[in-house]
Amino acid sequence: MENKNMTVYLTVWRQESKNSKGTFVKHTVEDVNPDMSFLEMLDVLNERLIKNDDVPIEFDNDCREGICGTCGVVINGTAHGPRSGATTCTVRMREFKNGENIVIEPFRARAFPVIKDLVIDRSAFDRVQNKGGYTTVRTGSAPEANSILVPKENADEAFEMAACIGCGACVAACPNASAALFVGAKVSHLALLPQGRPEAARRVERMVAQMDEEKFGACSNHGECEAVCPQEIPITAIARMRREYWKSTVKS
Amino acid sequence: MKLDSKIPNGPLAEKWDKHRFDMKVVNPKNKRKFSIIVVGTGLAGASAAASLGELGYHVKNYCIQDSSRRAHSIAAQGGINAAKNYQNDGDSVWRLFYDTIKGGDYRAREANVYRLAQNSNLIIDQAVAQGVPFAREYGGLFAQRSFGGALVSRTFYARGQTGQQLLLGAYSALMQQVDAGTVEMYPRQEMIDLVIVDGKARGIITRNLVTGDYERHVADAVVLATGGYGTAYYLSTMAINSNATAIWRAHKKGALFGNPCYVQIHPTCIPRSGDYQSKLTLMSESLRNDGRVWVPKNKDDNRPPNDIPEEDRDYYLERKYPTFGNMVPRDVASRNAKQVCDEGRGVGETGLAVYLDFRDAIRDFGRKTIEERYGNLFEMYEEITAENAYEVPMRIFPAVHYTMGGLWVDYNLMSTIPGLHVLGEANFSDHGANRLGASALMQGLSDGYFIIPYTIGDYLAGTELPEVKEDHEAFQEAENHVRQKFDKLLNTNGTKTVKEFHREIGDILWNKVGMSRSESILKEALETIPKLRDEFWQNVKVAGKADTMNKNLEFAGRVADYLELAELMAEDALHRKESCGGHFREESQTPEGEALRDDENYSYVAAWEFKGLGKKWDLHKETLDFENVTPTQRSYK
Repeated sequence: MENKNMTVYLTVWRQESKNSKGTFVKHTVEDVNPDMSFLEMLDVLNERLIKNDDVPIEFDNDCREGICGTCGVVINGTAHGPRSGATTCTVRMREFKNGENIVIEPFRARAFPVIKDLVIDRSAFDRVQNKGGYTTVRTGSAPEANSILVPKENADEAFEMAACIGCGACVAACPNASAALFVGAKVSHLALLPQGRPEAARRVERMVAQMDEEKFGACSNHGECEAVCPQEIPITAIARMRREYWKSTVKS
Repeated sequence: MKLDSKIPNGPLAEKWDKHRFDMKVVNPKNKRKFSIIVVGTGLAGASAAASLGELGYHVKNYCIQDSSRRAHSIAAQGGINAAKNYQNDGDSVWRLFYDTIKGGDYRAREANVYRLAQNSNLIIDQAVAQGVPFAREYGGLFAQRSFGGALVSRTFYARGQTGQQLLLGAYSALMQQVDAGTVEMYPRQEMIDLVIVDGKARGIITRNLVTGDYERHVADAVVLATGGYGTAYYLSTMAINSNATAIWRAHKKGALFGNPCYVQIHPTCIPRSGDYQSKLTLMSESLRNDGRVWVPKNKDDNRPPNDIPEEDRDYYLERKYPTFGNMVPRDVASRNAKQVCDEGRGVGETGLAVYLDFRDAIRDFGRKTIEERYGNLFEMYEEITAENAYEVPMRIFPAVHYTMGGLWVDYNLMSTIPGLHVLGEANFSDHGANRLGASALMQGLSDGYFIIPYTIGDYLAGTELPEVKEDHEAFQEAENHVRQKFDKLLNTNGTKTVKEFHREIGDILWNKVGMSRSESILKEALETIPKLRDEFWQNVKVAGKADTMNKNLEFAGRVADYLELAELMAEDALHRKESCGGHFREESQTPEGEALRDDENYSYVAAWEFKGLGKKWDLHKETLDFENVTPTQRSYK
């Protein structure tokens, strides 16, 4: 049987800690099975590094099926790599060529400092979310579920917005490192549902203010975010966020 | 030790109401004075932390992930059960209770399961109010579907991402409490020991996963919601970082472990491909609503699936179980897949797979309908296998997916250590020996939103809790202990990596404590596991340093625990000579090859007490009494 295995040449960002200076390091990985996932290829490399008394490359990952939002690196200049609508963990080695050079970097943004190697700190997203990215509903005080009617189209669109996995690729891809798609998705999800309407104005104001506070950049409609979003959240989320924001200023 | 399940007296349907009245209530003004540690931010942990914070307690919530939104509950695909009877198909709290207790092969407590069914409806209301976008009909009402092992349509779903949506709902409730200042979040922190003071759980030791520092955290009560232990098998559908460390170290501090051998092996996963593989991917079992499971009738039939004519196909589930057909519960579906593969009729390169075919569903309902129902699953399948399941049948094979066993808890969800409460998959309760589809999300949220907020109050109001400080000797001792353990891992500098050991223990468990178990192979497992554990401590090679982010070191600590836990799983499997649910003992089967229970001798929960490594665990039995249902041989024919 012919040997279908490949060799890839990696250039990987290594950085000891938040405050140390990082650098690119080259690694050759031989015997890569094309059916491997990209992260499994890194696992194989790390095993070889450990065996050679070297320090393995740190990278975040967890579910490895594209839903938890933990993983995320820039592969050859694109957040989450070559295939659109994919997270880093769902990228497969068959998407690369034998002998290909692959440059791997962390998601870079002022609001996402590097912790180590490819691991970044995305806690800014949590701080934005806790400024109103919820409906105020006490446990136990919810009305009967079917008493709130929602047209199927609205429910479907709300779902599309709610599907955000909070990976931060939108920020990494944006030339301004804006979090507008992330915030727009949450604002839109809740604005589209009757449950979210009572707090819509306050929510958008507070979340946008916190987004600025965290030093995310401003959105200038490049659309790079939409192109890399693994959940394919459309840029209309940002338009809706602006509309909601504008409505809130008119109200106040 | 006498196990007291604390199940309230009275008729089944009134137990929970009566108990809520009988429990002590903490004066609202005093709640802020009590601090509660919640470990884990999945459905159970996040819902508990949010609800307890809302009640006014001072809550500290920990997770190993970089954000609480990423806990593994997020990966649940299919749905969540509730007895709403919106479909008018005869569902009720009683029917959900009955299906769940029967599905668990009569190895769960009646009172717990009934309460779970009661709470199911509240969960849906709560999630909807949070904005969870469940599927709806054109009229604006909710859509439901039927799901493995049920004849009614009681499963609420949000495409194939129900777990994600429910978790984000719980996460948003949690963020609301962070905003309100009642909950403090501690992400990237791993609980590595439980601290007990005067016999009560009073805190935890964590390792800060960014700095490597050991930290001491004090509280009046500790809640573990840290998930199951399926990753002990190396390959499973669990997330890479899911682990057993929190519950295992609590077990070693005195919490009894219930039914460790009850492991769910899910029938519809993408088959294994190579050694490099790091995990298995689940395909939601909702696919079995429309997909038909088959293998060739003859074992040497190597034709491509679409070339195999109808008369040469064996739709074995439909043939053997005409009533439930492809919808039989998970344990039955998995065992049958193994059986046909053992007969040499498995398909694909390895022969370890069966077909799940949508040809007929596409013919009957059209491709568009199938796309709407399962589009994302078909895409995921294609990403991984490079095959288009609209055109060729999927190949599926069972994989470890869920652990019904876990720390033993009473009706109040408290373990045998006073003050230590355990929720969700981390405890042993409610699912018996087999969990039905769409029940895990239900249990996690029932525990977190609607049980622990009341029961922990009863504990706090009725217990003397003198002030404890971080410099208490119990904290000092626990910290020294874990520090030494990590130092030893780093200093051993052997020749085998942590992953190699993990793969080996996983192989032992899969082959000897997997889908089919027997006395002789379990005894083999009990011989090999301690040897592998000794080898680990003499020959493991862990990279890097302690005082920095070091995932290899984190991983080493977890694998060290699997090497101990595996022994208890085998021990429990060996002692339970009957078959029940996911635990199939070859010596105990019906003439048709179905699991044969032995109610006379095994109608109990096996709760194991740790006595020290190298010593035998003590077995404690909690007898299961059935007053409302009559245990029968499960039949899905």
